[in-house]
Amino acid sequence: MSINTTDKYQLQNSEEGLSLQLSGDWRFQSGIPDPLHLIDEILSAQPEKLSFDCRQLRSWDSGLMTFLVALINSCKKNNVSVLQETLPGGIQKLLHLSFAVPERKGTRRELLGQPALAKIGNVTIEMHRSWNDLLSFIGNLVVGFFNFFRGKARFRYSDLFYQIECAGPSALLIVTLVSVLVGIILAFVGASQLRIFGAEIFVANLVGLGMAREMGAMMTAIIMAGRSGAAYAAQLGTMQVNEEIDAFKTLGISPIEFLVFPRLLALIITMPLLCIYADFMGIVGGAIVCATMLDISFFQYFQQIQDFVPPIHFMVGIVKAAIFGVLVATSGCFRGLQCGRSASSVGFATTSAVVTSIVLIIVADAVITIVCQLIGV
Amino acid sequence: MVQVPYLEIQNLTMAYDDNVIQENLNFSVKCGEIFIIMGGSGCGKSTLLRNLIGLMEPTKGDVLIAGVNLWQASLEERNQIISRNGVLYQNGALWSSMTLGENIALPLIEYSDLNQKQIEEVTAYKLSLVGLGGFEDYYPSEISGGMRKRAGLARAMALDPDILFFDEPSAGLDPISSRLLDDLVLELRDSLGATIVIVSHELESIFTVGDNSILLDTEEKTIIATGPPKELLKHSEDPRVLNFLTRTIR
Repeated sequence: MSINTTDKYQLQNSEEGLSLQLSGDWRFQSGIPDPLHLIDEILSAQPEKLSFDCRQLRSWDSGLMTFLVALINSCKKNNVSVLQETLPGGIQKLLHLSFAVPERKGTRRELLGQPALAKIGNVTIEMHRSWNDLLSFIGNLVVGFFNFFRGKARFRYSDLFYQIECAGPSALLIVTLVSVLVGIILAFVGASQLRIFGAEIFVANLVGLGMAREMGAMMTAIIMAGRSGAAYAAQLGTMQVNEEIDAFKTLGISPIEFLVFPRLLALIITMPLLCIYADFMGIVGGAIVCATMLDISFFQYFQQIQDFVPPIHFMVGIVKAAIFGVLVATSGCFRGLQCGRSASSVGFATTSAVVTSIVLIIVADAVITIVCQLIGV
Repeated sequence: MVQVPYLEIQNLTMAYDDNVIQENLNFSVKCGEIFIIMGGSGCGKSTLLRNLIGLMEPTKGDVLIAGVNLWQASLEERNQIISRNGVLYQNGALWSSMTLGENIALPLIEYSDLNQKQIEEVTAYKLSLVGLGGFEDYYPSEISGGMRKRAGLARAMALDPDILFFDEPSAGLDPISSRLLDDLVLELRDSLGATIVIVSHELESIFTVGDNSILLDTEEKTIIATGPPKELLKHSEDPRVLNFLTRTIR
């Protein structure tokens, strides 16, 4: 928007010095002129004083104030005395307020001018600090486990049962839905290929093995990362913001024992159970596809799984689920305890907890698969 | 009678990375004294409190509580020292997943040999002290901000601590609640002989309850005045101290 500056101000030379005549409406809505041009004009006149004539000024808001602050600051820098008493009373008071507490030296942050090397250094320091936090967290967790096995861990069993209820029975519906659908997908994919060879019955092997060794544990873990891991990070993060974690520390109670332990134990207990349930529901999903599309009866399907998918495969999945439970709980709780003191850091902690959990689940799954191959399980 | 210092701060420096907040702080708090840490917003009062209650290690210097160096003690020793402190946080910091009764009972369960019935009785008594009798089964989210603060005080007093730390106790309270809290603080000192350290910039409360005080300055990054608040107001010649104590901008 172009602004006609002559409608807003005019510089006049008088016997008393330079006078700035302000006129019309000085509001954000009607646009505020850039003060730079006027400042150049004033400085080129090299006046000793600058006064104001505000008789034509109709209305004003903070737009005029910012214009005047910029003008006064430039005049002060160039030894031009500004006669603020020639301004209306309200403007004088606001100017007095804005200049009353001068900006503290070193307050302004100079982010843009930071050299690349300094940025790398800062990121490295931050990573180092984060790594130290993680090590300290793991150390405290180990001490907590030690205390737990000695029967000295300090947490409330009511909290443990509550966390088990939240992580277990409350998650059944979503685990059912996802597992049945994964079973159906596996069966569909298998059926489309195996039908070519007339080997439709092996769809049962595919679904049974897939659910037992991989998908049951993996899908449960991913659901729990999004559900419980995120909830843990948000809960502990909010407690951090509200100083509730500090209140535990100042009582000499370890937040790791009191808050992390019930959550960790809850997932260690519920994840294998949910995994068994997910395995079964996935197999049921496969059975539905076999019965409706491949003319394989439920009996044939389950018989095939019983014959060709031995319990060891289910055991591998269950052990994986327990390990994934540890990873989800520790990621969620660690990110929550690491949270800053603002609402946005709770959001960041939650996102970070889910991402960390999922990455760790996949890495751990790969490692366990390789180990199982090596030991022939 | 010579009063023994319960809390002693020696050459304390606090900093976030390279950014020094306050340096060379030296002061002591006597037994049974109400000591005020004053200063403008952002001068480091709450950070100093975090150093005193064991939440943040000072960059330099010592914090001695009952003669024991807090930051040189072993973790177990430090936990023992800080469990004898009571802390009232700015917003109460009540544990949101627990009822008020459970909030007060937890320190008792952890650090006393009382049975369930005795714990319930102590909890009810502590709540009645702060005017919240009968609120045992309420969750923090079900009560007002002022009530949360009082419940926080009840929890801070649960173990009859030797020293109580208050972080801006009057902040966010209406004038009546603020006055009631001041009365309660005086009552605690007079009846229990508790040593109380208050971080505050609420002048009315400072003059009502403060026996002794320090004033922290943002520019100087250290203590610029020490003494009873009323005495500082009467006798200080430092314009920064007078400006603060008389709410004047000069």
